[in-house]
Amino acid sequence: MSGTPIELEHASRFYGSGSQQVRAVDDVSFTIEPGETLCLVGESGCGKSTTGRMMAGLLEPSEGRVLYGGKDVGKLPQEEKKRFRRAVQIIHQDPYASLNPIRNVTQILSAPLRRHKLTKSRSELGTKLRELLETVGLTPPEEFLRKHPHELSGGQRQRVSVARALTVNPEVIVADEPVSMVDVSLRIGLLNMLLKLQQDLGVAFLFITHDLAVAKHFSWEGRIGVMYLGRMVELGSTQRLVREPVHPYTRALISALPEADPELTRHKERLRLRSPDIPSLLNLPAGCPFHPRCPKYEEGLCDTDRPAEDAVALDGHLAACYVAARELGQGDRIPESSRTAGAEARRRTA
Amino acid sequence: MASVTGESRYRDSAVGRFLAGFASTLKLMARNKVGFAGFLVVVTIVLVTFVGPIFVPLDETVRVSQIYKTPSLSYPLGTDSEGKGVLSQIIHGGRPILTIGYLAAVISTTIAVTLGSLGAFVGGRVDTGFTWLADMVLTIPQLPLLAVLAGVLSLNNKFAVAGLIGALFWPTLMRATRAQVLSLKERDYVESARALDLGTPHIVFREIAPNMAGYIAINFTLAVTTSMYAVVGLTLLGLVPLSENNWGVMLNLAWTRGAVFSKDSIWYIMAPIAAIALHQFGLVAMNRSLTEVFDPRLRRGA
Repeated sequence: MSGTPIELEHASRFYGSGSQQVRAVDDVSFTIEPGETLCLVGESGCGKSTTGRMMAGLLEPSEGRVLYGGKDVGKLPQEEKKRFRRAVQIIHQDPYASLNPIRNVTQILSAPLRRHKLTKSRSELGTKLRELLETVGLTPPEEFLRKHPHELSGGQRQRVSVARALTVNPEVIVADEPVSMVDVSLRIGLLNMLLKLQQDLGVAFLFITHDLAVAKHFSWEGRIGVMYLGRMVELGSTQRLVREPVHPYTRALISALPEADPELTRHKERLRLRSPDIPSLLNLPAGCPFHPRCPKYEEGLCDTDRPAEDAVALDGHLAACYVAARELGQGDRIPESSRTAGAEARRRTA
Repeated sequence: MASVTGESRYRDSAVGRFLAGFASTLKLMARNKVGFAGFLVVVTIVLVTFVGPIFVPLDETVRVSQIYKTPSLSYPLGTDSEGKGVLSQIIHGGRPILTIGYLAAVISTTIAVTLGSLGAFVGGRVDTGFTWLADMVLTIPQLPLLAVLAGVLSLNNKFAVAGLIGALFWPTLMRATRAQVLSLKERDYVESARALDLGTPHIVFREIAPNMAGYIAINFTLAVTTSMYAVVGLTLLGLVPLSENNWGVMLNLAWTRGAVFSKDSIWYIMAPIAAIALHQFGLVAMNRSLTEVFDPRLRRGA
């Protein structure tokens, strides 16, 4: 599989207009390198799916750009744009909506193969279909070729979706909560199948999930991006992010993660949020959007400027938090206005 | 056709493919007994009214001594007010009614599906315009308007009548089609098809349209029944010229010649009514099979 990095550059997506405008995704930047796994985690409504759709070229960013091999996707010539389209495939969350109910497995899988002339003859098509079904663990393939989606279980349907995405040899697969609607007992099998694909075929994954445990399992060798209210609040390698989270939001998420070992769970640091409610996207708090809930909130410092995505930058590990920036000796990355407002507030209370 | 599998599309000749598709569709129709019976009834009526007249001459001899006879060997459905055989009138009188019914249904379904899906796809002003037009037509009381128009225009032509009925009966289906396309085009599998770059024709004709095909087919059969009632009603009221013999004209004559007031003439009156009702029953029953043909989820034990 050829390797072309795909990059979101200050990408934003707005819905609605005027006072009703919602910034579903606000100024998000990251790159997916060939063969890499990046997990996006966050609460519902934090913009992870919108980010995935922009990456797959299914939504155009309202601001910012999507770059494919360094070139702006919006300005690519027709042929290259089609190549980009095919290079990024998407797997949807709902296995009951992602397959057309009136098309059987053969029809679903052979349409892209024939459309893009990826198989030359009928026998080659048959071989390819069997191969695809075996790759996604639907064996024996003969049993599934003539089935319609309603004759398959949720997990099997998700596997057909994956096979469909694989027909066009994608470089990146955007998996939008692929296991959240599948029976718990089938999840691990599905996840391991996806991991195997990643290892065997070298497909890069943008894996979207609200479940940090799933993200940890799926991208142990890769990276995790934590999103909150349309922003990337922390981005870094999974192992580092799980062991030494920088942003208070990430720390809260990790402290809420149950551990298999009850001894570990008991001694885990518990972070108490100041408020359980997520602010409305229509009325975002000033400064850091997490500050009304943040246990580390400091008046002035946190509610004056919105922290940049790279307020903390430790060799590739980014976090959008001024408090952490100060604690980690990167106070010079805090803008002047927040610094003075914070200092003033501290003086007042002292 | 929904029943054509991916593999059969690879069969060698176009004719072979068509026959295979036709055979498998028939097989699917036969799965539902009531539906298949309805299908056979419709086919029989269409055959009798379109092919029958070639073999059975129209009885035009006036026999004063044979007025309003009950069925007998020589007159299987009895006779009319002039002693003419009713059966031959039934055989000859179906074609104009069926032609207008089916033609009007084709016209109204075509308008409805085209405007509905186009509006939903294009959106914006086009959509607003089409919806507005549909609302306008919907608010017009249809049969009275038909009656008035039939009085103003001279509807000597079958096609003009069909066109008029078709032009009035499309809005309900149009709104339904529009709603369906609006919902279908946002489905995940349509998004996947876009990501796979399968092209707009594939998305429209292979992903979206087949999902509506059953619904449209059923609405088409209902449109046939509505149109037939409309044209029979117009004829009964004498609002379209009674130049030829048909089931509506028979009913009109039954009325104007007083057959409705005579006990003896029951066979004459019931014959066209039964023919129409039988055909409508066939269509409605056939829908049961059609839903199974178009929706694999409904095929029991498939």
